[in-house]
Amino acid sequence: MTSLAILEPNAEVLNHRDRLIRGLRDLLSTDRVVADEDGRRAFETDALTAYKQMPLAAVLPTTTEEVSRVLRYCKANDIKVIARGAGTSLCGGALPSEDSIVLGVSKMNRVLDIDYMNRTATVQTGITNIGISNIVSPNGFFYAPDPSSQLACTLAGNLGMNSGGAHCLKYGVTTNNVLGLKIVLMDGEIVEIGGKELDAAGYDLLGLIIGSEGQFGIVTEATVRILRAAEGARPMLMGFNSSEAAGACVAAIIGSGIIPVAIEFMDKPAIHVCEEFAKAGYPLDVEALLIVEVEGSEEEIESLLGRISDIAKPFKPKGIRVSQSEAESKAIWLGRKSAFGAIGRISDYYCMDGTIPLGKLPEVLVEIGEICARYKLNVANIFHAGDGNLHPLILYNANDPAEVERAEKCGAEVLELCVKVGGCLTGEHGVGVEKRELMLTQFSKTDLEQQMRIKTVFDPDWLLNREKVFPLELHAP
Amino acid sequence: MSDLIRPKDESELAAVVAEANAAKTPLEVCGAGSKRNVGRPLQIASSVTTERLRGVTLYEPNELVLSARAGTPLKDIEAALAKNNQQLAFEPVDLGPMLGEEENQATIGAVFAANLSGARRIQVGSARDHLLGIRAVTGRGEIIKSGGRVMKNVTGYDLCRGIAGSWGTLSVMSEVTMKVLPKPEAERTLLFIGLTDEVAIDALCRALGTPFEVSGTAHLHAEYARRLLDTEILRRPAAVTALRLENFEESLNYRADRLAESLTAFGKVVELDDQQSGDFWNGMRTLSFLTDSDDPVWRISTAPTDGSKVVSALSKRLDCRAAYDWSGGLIWLQTGPTADAGATEVRRVLSETGGHATLIRADASLRSSLDVFHPMSSGVAALTRKLKQSFDPAGVLNPGRMYAGI
Ligand SMILES: Cc1cc2nc3c(=O)[nH]c(=O)nc-3n(C[C@H](O)[C@H](O)[C@H](O)COP(=O)(O)OP(=O)(O)OC[C@H]3O[C@@H](n4cnc5c(N)ncnc54)[C@H](O)[C@@H]3O)c2cc1C
Repeated sequence: MTSLAILEPNAEVLNHRDRLIRGLRDLLSTDRVVADEDGRRAFETDALTAYKQMPLAAVLPTTTEEVSRVLRYCKANDIKVIARGAGTSLCGGALPSEDSIVLGVSKMNRVLDIDYMNRTATVQTGITNIGISNIVSPNGFFYAPDPSSQLACTLAGNLGMNSGGAHCLKYGVTTNNVLGLKIVLMDGEIVEIGGKELDAAGYDLLGLIIGSEGQFGIVTEATVRILRAAEGARPMLMGFNSSEAAGACVAAIIGSGIIPVAIEFMDKPAIHVCEEFAKAGYPLDVEALLIVEVEGSEEEIESLLGRISDIAKPFKPKGIRVSQSEAESKAIWLGRKSAFGAIGRISDYYCMDGTIPLGKLPEVLVEIGEICARYKLNVANIFHAGDGNLHPLILYNANDPAEVERAEKCGAEVLELCVKVGGCLTGEHGVGVEKRELMLTQFSKTDLEQQMRIKTVFDPDWLLNREKVFPLELHAP
Repeated sequence: MSDLIRPKDESELAAVVAEANAAKTPLEVCGAGSKRNVGRPLQIASSVTTERLRGVTLYEPNELVLSARAGTPLKDIEAALAKNNQQLAFEPVDLGPMLGEEENQATIGAVFAANLSGARRIQVGSARDHLLGIRAVTGRGEIIKSGGRVMKNVTGYDLCRGIAGSWGTLSVMSEVTMKVLPKPEAERTLLFIGLTDEVAIDALCRALGTPFEVSGTAHLHAEYARRLLDTEILRRPAAVTALRLENFEESLNYRADRLAESLTAFGKVVELDDQQSGDFWNGMRTLSFLTDSDDPVWRISTAPTDGSKVVSALSKRLDCRAAYDWSGGLIWLQTGPTADAGATEVRRVLSETGGHATLIRADASLRSSLDVFHPMSSGVAALTRKLKQSFDPAGVLNPGRMYAGI
């Protein structure tokens, strides 16, 4: 956070800023090109606010054709391009460089087609994640991937990061819920992939593009799966005297053949902060809390929760509580979904996103505690327990440079631990700038070289989100 | 018969490919070889098989994850999973029997290389959606990995998806890691008899719009239905429309009743019990209705509600019969003998509706003179060609199997 290495900006581009901006204004109407200092400030960072850099300009096109014209122009003039949705990336995925323009798709948020019979929605990608569900919910449908940032983040960003959410245990992440898209490549070519059919033809370009962190092209439209919601859903809370017991209980539930829609875990510090914020009635006298949600009819929910309570017994849960009303369920989820915000009210935090094999949970939690203690930092743990995706929040003081540096090193050690036990650096937030230098802990140089060749397939001049994902030393000229 | 190379482990496999790459001599890539006759015929002197790369290397039932070397027979994996009441939820179709091979030959690597998914795809996703990690040897002879053994992983590009469905043209997978899921306690199937294609697909799509988690949605023309159901169930020849429910026993009664209630407009329901339902969907999985002839067969993928339109447009010009899966979105279309297996018509119709068609079964001369895989738009073709070059610059892995020159 303190010491982000950057590439030497392209002096040619910086020197001709005024001319280049005039050129962009010839392509789009003036108010779609943000060049003044105040205007640009809105684009200098994303949700990893420790890094900031003003771009040359930001452009906000309204059609795919405009995007195509802008990219062609940028390619001709060697201007780097940073794709941006809502800028909620937690890994610096939308961080600009000085010689780049930010291309924001937030003005492209129209719904193009809703098709309940084929269970698809075709939208422009600037629509918010919740926007899709809001449109189809009156008919009992929803768009499944539900990042906690869903009120703000866009489908574009979700596609960029292959985002997940609490309910992905049952419904999968972004890549499992997209059938087609329209992408504009750096040379302005508009390529359509897939459609309403359930598998796209040929190579799985769709699968490659989703999760490519804005490095392949600008995705302007997508056809996503919408699903019929269950008759009902209800969460239950279970407290435990140790994280170990909670972890073992998760394994036992899954091993029994029940796949709840969500299993979320919080440790004691997280429980206290979230309870303070949401008044959800979380038990405060426990070391770990699970939120387990199941779906179905009233009777099915009763029966599943009954089965789960039985499975949990040997792990001595404290205060099992089943939500009794819609309002109570909402409060329970509000506590979880606003966890980052709630913690943000009491401290700066650095959010980790490693995934681990579930069986390693107890030892990993102990070791995370030890690592943080060594750096003299507090940590709150929140995670998607069903799929092993951890979110340790390392608390620090952003105004203390020494502490910032400690937090960064501490975070890197936590992620290295995740890789060491068989997991990965990032389960849903992406690599961005934040984790790019750690990539060699998980991958060999050969692995990364093949990935970089694929980058070159889509973007031969490396103009799109250039400084992200790969260690700089591997591709710097 | 070509020369068959059988490396015993990943590093031998890498050496074989590296040598081919250096000498620019192409290799046919196969597992057990049961799908050798899918795709454009290869004129290649040597084949490399993964069949000695065998064995489950990791299985954690409580974490829903299993890894196996690519040449492990699918049936071994299914047997290991069954011991823990688990399964590959995407229900891989077995193309072997309809291609004139034995049942149950496929290796797990090939299941992912061909992205083979069955009826449950509409509910749980396809093979590619269950692939968590791979190790593979690229056409350069380099060993790479992507993904891992955890459920959620966005570290680096998603090469698991990129390589799934590439039919051995980008790399040879050496090990695959997949998500596994619990086997439902029981299943039940509701049948409607005698619906037209259009009405049947309407019923199937409506069923998927209910909250009852329908996990199989098929519609078969009479000639096919007869092969999956005995005369006790299907008294007279008629088309059959099938809806599968799977769940805990206690849920099934409730869900079957509610589902039938919501579909009363489509007529009387015949119910298949657990055993009968299992047999029926096993027939769908092995495509057993396609095994009694060697007429050309197309696999057509389209928006579900366009399925019946595609078939009705084709029926006007071609002698054909169809089985629909995925609520109409997947069509197995058998055509009578014509000069081009109906390719011109199939592709003309799809150019109007959208979707794509693969000529899954046809004799070698047809497969070498036609586009077996659906022709690509120029934009997709350019990316496809460059992607192939990035993995396999000398073009040594299954060259031309999917597309001429790629
Ligand atoms: C409080 C909070 C909670 C969060 N919770 C979750 C969570 O539960 N799960 C989760 O997965 N993430 C979560 N995130 C992270 C973040 O919200 C996601 O990564 C989200 O998908 C980013 O969307 P965005 O619209 O803000 O995209 P941005 O931040 O603007 O961009 C994200 C990436 O996508 C690329 N991109 C943007 N638009 C395009 C386009 N049109 N074409 C191609 N590439 C593009 C960008 O270049 C960038 O690399 C959370 C973030 C916050 C702040």
